[in-house]
Amino acid sequence: MADAAIAAEGLGKRFGPVAALDGVDLELPAGGVLGVLGPNGAGKTTLVRILATLLRPDRGRARVAGFDVARHPAAVRRRIGLSGQYAAVDPFLTGQENLIMIGRLYGLPRRQARRRAAELAGQLELDGAAGRLVRTYSGGMRRRLDVAVGLLAAPPVLFLDEPTTGLDPHGRLALWQVLGELGAHGSSVLLTTQYIEEAERLAGMIVIIDHGTVIATGTPARLRAQAGADRLDLQSPPGHDPRRLAGALSALGTAEPAVDEATGRVVLPVADGPGILPEVAARLAAAGVQVSGLTLRRPTLEEAFLALTGQPASRTRPPRHDASGPAAAPARPAHGTQSAR
Amino acid sequence: MITVAGTAARPGRPAPILADTATITGRNLRRLVRVPTLLVLTTVQPVLFVLLFTYAFGGAIHVPGVARYIDYLLPGIIVLAIGFGSSQTGVAIAEDLSAGMIDRFRSLPVTGTAVLAGRVAADALRNLFVAGLMIAVGAAIGFRFHAGPAAALAAVALAVAAGLAFSWLNLLLGLVVRDPESAGLAGLFPVVILFFTSSALVPVATMPGWLQAFARANPITVITGALRALCLGGPATGPAAEAATWIAALLAITVPAAIARYRHAAST
Repeated sequence: MADAAIAAEGLGKRFGPVAALDGVDLELPAGGVLGVLGPNGAGKTTLVRILATLLRPDRGRARVAGFDVARHPAAVRRRIGLSGQYAAVDPFLTGQENLIMIGRLYGLPRRQARRRAAELAGQLELDGAAGRLVRTYSGGMRRRLDVAVGLLAAPPVLFLDEPTTGLDPHGRLALWQVLGELGAHGSSVLLTTQYIEEAERLAGMIVIIDHGTVIATGTPARLRAQAGADRLDLQSPPGHDPRRLAGALSALGTAEPAVDEATGRVVLPVADGPGILPEVAARLAAAGVQVSGLTLRRPTLEEAFLALTGQPASRTRPPRHDASGPAAAPARPAHGTQSAR
Repeated sequence: MITVAGTAARPGRPAPILADTATITGRNLRRLVRVPTLLVLTTVQPVLFVLLFTYAFGGAIHVPGVARYIDYLLPGIIVLAIGFGSSQTGVAIAEDLSAGMIDRFRSLPVTGTAVLAGRVAADALRNLFVAGLMIAVGAAIGFRFHAGPAAALAAVALAVAAGLAFSWLNLLLGLVVRDPESAGLAGLFPVVILFFTSSALVPVATMPGWLQAFARANPITVITGALRALCLGGPATGPAAEAATWIAALLAITVPAAIARYRHAAST
């Protein structure tokens, strides 16, 4: 496709015995936002590194902004921006100095680099901190600076590699807001993430990868339908039988409820979203069953994988919250420990 | 609102390697004054070298034909201070590799040559400062140039040129070993070995016979000898040419090797 921002065919990359990528095809139309969703170790970072010319694929081809990444890396580099967990900023420079340096290296004249740095610091709400050394920044400020660096040259193609991994919910929301505005402005964005919500919120098209292969592609709505509906997460009070709770509600689910007798936790896939809650309350009252916690949430990445593939995600799974079983079920997916590729 | 379109970097501009080198030099100079270790290596260590070697060894060592030991000593320890400082260059490039700065630079339209040259240029400015500082401290405790201002300038230039070769060598080492701590050791080891088997502290003639041959061929002896000739007077052209040959030979090997290594370092 001549006008695709990114077109990759059969990308493969091995590191010793491990196939980090095993034949990945994907396409990002110009102006679109593509979410690459997958657990740690799925191959997301390897994919971004290849598309950003940092790594040569063993096989397959990729064009970014119209240029082949292996044959014309210099042309690609003039047209991309990269924000990610591994492409660093210098902690011993101030935010502003980092931005100006990157601007100069993109070839902006000094005055323009300075103006652009100030502009981006304002847009990403870093103005107050722009004069401070980056080593004093919080995680959220650091990520916003990463994003600003990626945007510096107003690149036609922007890579955002796990932009919110490790941020607290507040920082994540703030960054989503910024990235959402970005999507509305016509640059093509490839975003990798471990968070279903993030992909749904920011991307027009989602590719799910695991073990270096694409296991599903589609619009958020389609994948949402395939990945199963929302989950009703219920907690039985101590001393109560969670099977009674599950029994009272099982007719409302789109599948059998999962019951964890050790922790008293019940997870039920449901179809109608919040509309189902009055019915839940009515049935609980009728059956005389008590609950100590109730959350309606999106499926976690693991649950979506299970629905899409019939198999759990990834070999390097982060510790699951239901193993320790806190009563308040998280409304967000479980955090992974962060590691590249 | 985030503006994305508009200020795009000009595709197709010719590689402005000098401007990029200057930008990266500026970054490294800022780090030099902000990272405490680097600042100490640049300011405190050279002063300590002058004072410690002069007062600890100066009383015991008498070099025939030289009135004051510091006149004999200073050229050698300038080379030592520059050699020690250069080991930080290997550490820095290894840190940049592991911290992702090299990935950042490689994702930009910047050549590896500019990234490495910007490192070396910052080192050269640091070395100029170090040499000047050591000469100033040495002068305060008795050091004098005996061969006139032109020779003195030539001596400083030769010391800085030797630093270029050390920097490129350490860049190569840092890119090969990749781990910052190992890079520091790998950089210090040759300096320490070569320094103490050279004429930097004592005349080669005082060494046992088997060591003399090695000490005479040692590049630190050659470079120190040329610096000394330029500082103390006497025939300097021959030693300076020999030192320049050593430096040029080192650069001819390390510069292309380091650039080639950089291209591969992050892509594996």
